[in-house]
Amino acid sequence: MNQPSETVDATRRLILQGAAVLALIAIAGIRFGLTPAVAAADAKYPEDAFKQKNSDDAIKALYGKTAEASDKIKLDAPEIAENGAVVPVAVSSTLPDVTSMSILVAENPNALVASYRIPAGTIPNVANRLKMAKTSNVIAVVEAGGKLYSTTKEVKVTVGGCGG
Amino acid sequence: MASTIRVRATSSGETTEVQALIQHPMDSGFVKDAKGELIPPHFIQQLIFEHDGKNVFVADWGGAVSKDPYVKFAFKGGKKGDELKISWVDNKGASDSTTAKIQ
Repeated sequence: MNQPSETVDATRRLILQGAAVLALIAIAGIRFGLTPAVAAADAKYPEDAFKQKNSDDAIKALYGKTAEASDKIKLDAPEIAENGAVVPVAVSSTLPDVTSMSILVAENPNALVASYRIPAGTIPNVANRLKMAKTSNVIAVVEAGGKLYSTTKEVKVTVGGCGG
Repeated sequence: MASTIRVRATSSGETTEVQALIQHPMDSGFVKDAKGELIPPHFIQQLIFEHDGKNVFVADWGGAVSKDPYVKFAFKGGKKGDELKISWVDNKGASDSTTAKIQ
């Protein structure tokens, strides 16, 4: 009577071991196999930069350097935004070799709003709409020729875009 | 299901201007609902435009991009009838993609 139940136990043990080994392989695969492949892709989402509260920290997390002011960036934003939930903002630049453009709102809970990668052949002129919690400086950052430039404009918000 | 992405891409001969409108709540995670509870973040993180096998525009977005986001850009090249592939993925892993013909 003991014999069959022992066999069942042994089988179960084997199955469990097998499952454990499979799980380990899967974890190893994720850690060593898949992550580098994702990181190697040229379009990785810069999660860390989007989590920064402060605009300087966000720029640093995104580009690893600080920006200098430039008059070659045009930041098109309204003087006064009646509705902070939808603020039209456009950024363009006459700088050569633009590779990236980002838009930040200094007073938002997380400063970085959007970051655009500009491959060669794409024109450095982007328009979009963003949310503003309150009156704040809007910062446009442009990476061109490996250097970082920025320009700032204050936008007054009468009704905030964050449930205010 | 109808696509969440609406695109208009027009070629002027030299450049192609692209306008895209996407249906998405773009919840930032900072807004409270009627009961005073925070609405969890739900926003598009990445939006990619592909033409002729390469990315012509990559947008990385945070929760502060407006609801039903709109974006406009232009790139050199692209002929009438060419295909432009657009895809997005959000912070919950949902995604959508579509292909538009350049006009």
